[in-house]
Amino acid sequence: MFEYAVHRLLWLIPTLLAMALVTFLVMHATPGSPLDPIAEGANPLSPDAQKNLAAQYGLDKPLHQQFGIFLAKAVRGDFGQSFIYKTRTVSEILRATFPISLLLGSIALAIAVTGGLVLGILAAVYQNRGWDYVSVTVATVGVAVPNFVLAVFFIILFSFVIPLFPTGGWDSPRNWVLPAVTLALGPMGIIARFTRASMLEVIRADYTRTARAKGLAEIPVIFKHAFKNALIPIVTLLGPLCAAVGTGSFFVESIFRVPGMGRFFVESMTGRDYPMIMAVILTYGVFLAIMNLLVDLTYGVLDPRIRY
Amino acid sequence: MAGGVVIVLMALVAVLADFLAPFSYTKTNFGALNEFPSRDHLLGTDALGRDLLSRMIYGARISMVVGLGAQVIVVLIGVPFGALSGYIGGRVDIALTRFIDVMYAFPRLLFVILVMSALGAGLLNIFIAIGLTGWVGIARQTRAQVLSLKEKEFVEGARALGAGYVRVLRRHVMPNALTPIVVAVTFGIPEAIFTEAALSFIGVGINPPTPSWGQMVGEGQQYLRSYWHLCVFPSIAIAVTMLSFTFFGDGVRDALDPKMQ
Repeated sequence: MFEYAVHRLLWLIPTLLAMALVTFLVMHATPGSPLDPIAEGANPLSPDAQKNLAAQYGLDKPLHQQFGIFLAKAVRGDFGQSFIYKTRTVSEILRATFPISLLLGSIALAIAVTGGLVLGILAAVYQNRGWDYVSVTVATVGVAVPNFVLAVFFIILFSFVIPLFPTGGWDSPRNWVLPAVTLALGPMGIIARFTRASMLEVIRADYTRTARAKGLAEIPVIFKHAFKNALIPIVTLLGPLCAAVGTGSFFVESIFRVPGMGRFFVESMTGRDYPMIMAVILTYGVFLAIMNLLVDLTYGVLDPRIRY
Repeated sequence: MAGGVVIVLMALVAVLADFLAPFSYTKTNFGALNEFPSRDHLLGTDALGRDLLSRMIYGARISMVVGLGAQVIVVLIGVPFGALSGYIGGRVDIALTRFIDVMYAFPRLLFVILVMSALGAGLLNIFIAIGLTGWVGIARQTRAQVLSLKEKEFVEGARALGAGYVRVLRRHVMPNALTPIVVAVTFGIPEAIFTEAALSFIGVGINPPTPSWGQMVGEGQQYLRSYWHLCVFPSIAIAVTMLSFTFFGDGVRDALDPKMQ
């Protein structure tokens, strides 16, 4: 298992390199340059000033050199200065915003996993009865409806009609509720669907029948025998779900005015903030890859049949 | 089933938009800005006095076109890629799968946004952006199918009779690999619709003044407290569309693949 983990970690390097290269190429293929004035229709900077700026940011060098320099610095965690926020380095911005996104994501994921498992188990135990329909409905809505649409409905319902929560901000835990729930609903739906399917399969398995036959009560049958085994396929879901929560948080963060990393991403895209774009994409990439690795390792722990 | 009915209705609305819409989607009326729903304007008007209902009817067109059009590109790239990778095998397969894995590791929506900001807003660019990023899933699925099918006796039989690569793939392997691809495509449609809405929501999708539901939600969301109708109606449209396609996809999957429950 240790060998497997090391092997996977080593694979991370070419993957990230490729990711950085693709991003870098797409970015520089983009018409428009960071030296263009930020305001629309403003007069361009004088050629001399542009040349000086380009030299300061290293934009005057040939592309392959720029990429090399970027890599050499990025390895040390130095992503350079942001082009938009000229007084701050990208690392500073990320250090300030990433924890917020991480907190929001973790809360959302916790809600999604708990809610999804509960809904899925209820649906399977009461198959084709009341609870099943409730849970399938919630799951389908969660999966199908985009989170920025959910956000609109939630704000209207829980901020305007029933003023329970503020419409945005990030100052107190009360602000956290709506964004976290909005972000959680999609992944929750997916988990609920998979849990239901997986539980239904396990409930019909021979060992569950044996457990019932030896006279166990329903609760231990469900939780000790069925649920544990049903959990295994669900764990694989967590990797992609982290990705969903990560990208989903852009929209949720911008609607609920959460000062996280997601907001900077869109801003950096439209502002051609090259260092920021690279940093955000790579941060997500590393984060996702590590989550995927953790998930795969957990899988092995849960299911002793799996050998690496 | 209900999903299918809504989809047919939506498609009709999209095709007949010119006849159904009471106003032009670009016609501004500065005497009637941000009006709430009334008899003149059934769903109200937006910040430029444009009829919201008309804009939503034309918005259906964008959603449908993107949903279907993007899938065509996805299939055109993904299926041959996956089929060749699986069928040829060996080094080619290793190289192609590595490439697929790297693409898979990319946070997809980020990549779409990146490509969109590189290409600029616009309908054609949305197709390209979704096509460039969406084919990975289908390629994986096709590869898996082809891998298992190519060992079957009937494929071997075809090869023994002297059929070439292309013929074996086209006439013998692909028809049998079709089911999961069809299912993946039906689920891909709402995903593409979602992607367009999301892109337009943050302002890198459809170019104004062409109406898109996502863009309408994005703009309306700023005035949510004062003019709720700007945001709510397009939101409902997106939600209903996405739900219908999801139900439809579930139905298609159950019909084509009796093993899945």
